[in-house]
Amino acid sequence: MIPFILCFILFLIGIYGIITQKNLIKIIIGLAIMEYSVNLFLILIGYINGGTAPIITHYTSANASFVDPLPQALILTAIVIGLATTALLLALAIRLYRKYGTFDIRKINSLKG
Amino acid sequence: MNAMIPLFVIVPLAAAFFMAILGRFIKNFSKILLNLELLFLSYLALHFILNTQGILAYRVGGFENAGDIPIAIYLVLDGLSRLILLVISLIGLLAAFYSTSYTRQFTQERKYYILFSLMIAGMNGLVISGDIFNIFVFLEIAAIASYALVAFGIEKQQLEASFKYQVLGGMASLIILLGIGFLYWQTGTLNIADFSRLPVSGPFVKLLAIFFLVGFGLKAAIFPFHSWLPDAHSSAPSPISAMLSGVLIKAIGIYAIFRIFFSMFALSYEIAMVITVLGTLSMIVGGLMAIGQWDIKRMLAFSSISQMGYVIVGIGIGMILLATGGSKVIAGFSIFGGLFHLVNHSVFKGLLFLNAGAVEYATGTRDMRQLGGLAEKMPLTASTSLTASLAISGVPPFNGFFSKLIIIVAAVSAHFYWLAFIAVVVSIITISYFMKMQKYVFFNTPQTDYKNFRAIPLPMNLSMIILALLCLLLSLLVLPQIRDIFITPAVDALINSLQYTAVVIG
Repeated sequence: MIPFILCFILFLIGIYGIITQKNLIKIIIGLAIMEYSVNLFLILIGYINGGTAPIITHYTSANASFVDPLPQALILTAIVIGLATTALLLALAIRLYRKYGTFDIRKINSLKG
Repeated sequence: MNAMIPLFVIVPLAAAFFMAILGRFIKNFSKILLNLELLFLSYLALHFILNTQGILAYRVGGFENAGDIPIAIYLVLDGLSRLILLVISLIGLLAAFYSTSYTRQFTQERKYYILFSLMIAGMNGLVISGDIFNIFVFLEIAAIASYALVAFGIEKQQLEASFKYQVLGGMASLIILLGIGFLYWQTGTLNIADFSRLPVSGPFVKLLAIFFLVGFGLKAAIFPFHSWLPDAHSSAPSPISAMLSGVLIKAIGIYAIFRIFFSMFALSYEIAMVITVLGTLSMIVGGLMAIGQWDIKRMLAFSSISQMGYVIVGIGIGMILLATGGSKVIAGFSIFGGLFHLVNHSVFKGLLFLNAGAVEYATGTRDMRQLGGLAEKMPLTASTSLTASLAISGVPPFNGFFSKLIIIVAAVSAHFYWLAFIAVVVSIITISYFMKMQKYVFFNTPQTDYKNFRAIPLPMNLSMIILALLCLLLSLLVLPQIRDIFITPAVDALINSLQYTAVVIG
């Protein structure tokens, strides 16, 4: 149970970062922390104590227990998606820095209402 | 027939790939390919609507079910997906045709068309996928393409809007992924049909419902989660605004919400009530916020929130009636109103955004206070814009009148008198801000002499004319003969959601 609680705390830290930070890069880091916590959670779902990778070989004993491979496959997809999102966000942050000369969201406010 | 279902995803993905490779060498290749692609997809969607019935399922890779446990990835085409696919392709085609002239101002036109095609692939994939994780993957394909398209002009405002959109959209995606994690943890399945027959109940289902409602609600910009929409939709290039407001929020927001809450979870009164209340609030808040705007596109974006409220209320009333065992006829009528308004909204809101794009293209501004008297200089834009404004405000011969009327009549017959009253009041508010737009943009005395006035090219005009004609023609959908072809299968798909499980598993 403890890993799940730690994972949830990580999720909350991510949300806290996104809500309270004023720096674009720190907001992106907050989003990344949130993403890691969700990935970690999915890995934990499939984990079994003492389980091995789900590959059957000549040396696998008949009563060996395997970890669930499906969440791992999901995580691989989610990591790739996360990479794309983070890369795009960082590219936007660089462009925003060139336009405004700052990472502070309080000074980036041409949109109102 | 079933083997043609994957084409909805394969064609736009392959087209994007070829645009990326060949578009570099051949002039105008991407433009032509995107238009041909969407023409083909429209034909395919129409073909499926006219010639097939019931629920079609396709198993990717051809894996048979093990006993009654589905192993393969399912692509499912039912009445609702067919309708949404047709809307996506048709509005996409007109927006793409409009883009052929509009995007001349950009230096990287080819990339615009690649992203456009990827966005179509994402939306089509989401609409036909039969398991929740694929919904997430396709949602992200569509969403990432739209983040990049919002920032396409790389001006200050566009970058800022895209950043805001992306942070909120990213949080929404993670909440959905967390929900998917919980779902797999508790049930060991990701298939929508497989999940729906499991005897699950209690706090777990409520938790899941909250995750999915918040996640997809953020994507659909329902009331408490709407703050990103006015920025993103008003900053994007105009054809993209038309796609975002006209199609994207419906495909990745509204469609996903109703697919999940009708086909996946057992209908529950609490969820239906929450959805209806949020829809009502979006309707009111969007309408009130729209009145004070001076930027044309920003006003249209707020109006989108308000109009999506009507769609949600229409389907929500049906959901409440079905959950409490009320009359199925009224529920069907109400859902029909909601779906009809969804189709109508994508047509007239698409047209209004294209009009706003034409005004900006011709004069270089979209601030209503600096415009005026354009009815003489741009008669075509002015008349199509008037058509769309009358349609969205619900004036009789146009399609918006019929869909709003059906929703209001359904609310009254289901004894939601307050809801009907609010819908009427919001409709009056809608008229008021569209009349304000018409007055300031097209009829007032001109504020300037329009030194840099540019004539609107033919493709832009043609797209707007076709959409304006559609505003009028779609009123015919109330006739039973035409309704039975296009919308009734979609209503049936939502009402008889048990059939979905039966076809996919059986």
